[in-house]
Amino acid sequence: MVDGTDDLTDLIALMAKLPGLGPRSARRAVLHLIKKRGQLLVPLADAMQRVGANVRECLNCGNIAAGDICNICNDDRRANGEICVVEDVADLWAMERSQQFKGRYHVLGGTLSALDAVGPEDLRIPRLLDRVTSENVTEVILALGATIDGHTTAHYIADQLTGVTVTSLAQGVPVGGELDYLDDGTITAALRARRAL
Amino acid sequence: MTGLRVTRLQLSHFRSHKRAEVAADTRPIAIFGPNGAGKTNLLEAVSLLSPGRGLRRAGAEDLVRRPEALGWRIFADVTAGRQTHEIVTGAEAGQSRSVQLDGKTVTQTALANVLRVLWLVPAMDRLWIEGAEGRRRFLDRATLSFVPGHAEAALRYDKAMRERNRLLKDMVRDAHWYAALEGRMAEAGAQVQANRAATVAALMAAQQDAATAFPTATLSLIEGGDDVQGADALKEAFAAGRARDLAAGRTLLGPHRTDLDAVFADKGTLARDCSTGEQKALLISLILANARALIAQDGQPPILLLDEVAAHLDAARRAALYDEICALGAQAWMTGTEAQLFEALGDRGQYLQVTEADGASAVEGAL
Ligand SMILES: Nc1ncnc2c1ncn2[C@@H]1O[C@H](COP(=O)(O)OP(=O)(O)OP(=O)(O)O)[C@@H](O)[C@H]1O
Ligand SMILES: [Mg+2]
Ligand SMILES: [Zn+2]
Repeated sequence: MVDGTDDLTDLIALMAKLPGLGPRSARRAVLHLIKKRGQLLVPLADAMQRVGANVRECLNCGNIAAGDICNICNDDRRANGEICVVEDVADLWAMERSQQFKGRYHVLGGTLSALDAVGPEDLRIPRLLDRVTSENVTEVILALGATIDGHTTAHYIADQLTGVTVTSLAQGVPVGGELDYLDDGTITAALRARRAL
Repeated sequence: MTGLRVTRLQLSHFRSHKRAEVAADTRPIAIFGPNGAGKTNLLEAVSLLSPGRGLRRAGAEDLVRRPEALGWRIFADVTAGRQTHEIVTGAEAGQSRSVQLDGKTVTQTALANVLRVLWLVPAMDRLWIEGAEGRRRFLDRATLSFVPGHAEAALRYDKAMRERNRLLKDMVRDAHWYAALEGRMAEAGAQVQANRAATVAALMAAQQDAATAFPTATLSLIEGGDDVQGADALKEAFAAGRARDLAAGRTLLGPHRTDLDAVFADKGTLARDCSTGEQKALLISLILANARALIAQDGQPPILLLDEVAAHLDAARRAALYDEICALGAQAWMTGTEAQLFEALGDRGQYLQVTEADGASAVEGAL
């Protein structure tokens, strides 16, 4: 066997596990990396090394952090008193892209699902309840998916929060959306959440 | 005539059909041919143009033609009122069923918005005698024809209930978790109950003063417990039933346990105590009432799939059935082993002959 072939096979197998990649595209990506050794392969390996060493979950909110506590939790220009609860970091990033929310976050890391063996302890829910008291929170915004599991999780949390305002994101017609293309559920939700002009 | 109809049906590697193509107009379709030729398979293909597992409740892997097992496809052109739609449904080998409506991938439940399909199959001959599950399924199929969103509500109820059942099995004691799930079950469950109740009312109304040769069935819904209905009552009942459900390891009360009761009105006899032919007549009566009610609601009849409907009917009842179907203007797909069974239909119908040759079904137009 040629030297290094096993390492290559391992690398391809790992790459193929990435979202959006399969064995074929993983082979292509690895060949490309080898070809661009200086510009890509070595810098990528270094970057991964650093991320692997430093990046972990924020102990406070579950966001991605370059230390124990993430930038958002450390940022004192952000308002205390409002916590936005999201399923995962991708949702947090989506919220941040809109630049509308100036409070803090809490990343659950999933939704309650008995069938998938995901319980409250797996979701940092006890930690959220602690934060609501210790950070003098006045409003908890539940920004969870409009699925049964998302709704169940939202109600599970809301049920246990007393003395704070609990809200959830409105569901309905997307900006720039045409009614004709919406499903019945979305239209029903939008109609329920209608407001006076 | 702008009734709902399938104008073209093409099957590829579906059950016994390697390749079949059928062109049809609005008239009822009489399909004849020997046992095992592939007639019911054709009806099953049409039933898969609606949400769910079709008239045999088969899994995607049962539908693929063996021994090749290459994956199967159904292509259909459907006309509903002034609109035409192209539906493609099928599954690759080992995968679940997908649906495309007018070139766009959609969920199965979206099909309920396009066409209504109702069926009677020989397996339902014992519907009034056997367990409540079959009657519930029959009722839900009717309900789906009136309320396209019914499938969605039923799925939401079912998902939340399966979650709760898992908690019960695992003996989880977190009251907040139960309450959150019971809230979802109550919301979706109340919608399921309301949809079904409206359906029973519509079926009863459509049987009143109807010019039909088939007997009136007086229907009633039987909810479990103390007739628990509505979101608040359901939520309360779920919470109150936790201890009992924990012992059983599953949810014992709710719309998943509802039963449908029928009485042969003229005789005052329970459907389950009626003769075989009378029981069949009650089912036909309900299907026809359903079609009449849909015409009143949407202005067009549903597609009917009547597998071996002639089997328990005498010649006079058979002729009456064809007359009523023609009067409704419904595209009814009917099967029988002999062409003679459809004699009374005459040229008001279109005919397909199905035979088996070289291990595959062959379908051809016949006169
Ligand atoms: N997945 C499959 N692949 C190939 N053949 C199949 C498959 N599933 C069923 N068949 C065959 O299809 C044939 C026709 O079945 P179908 O139920 O349509 O017959 P039919 O014409 O309705 O007969 P009958 O008059 O007895 O009701 C049967 O012989 C059955 O073995
Ligand atoms: Mg058959
Ligand atoms: Zn943080």
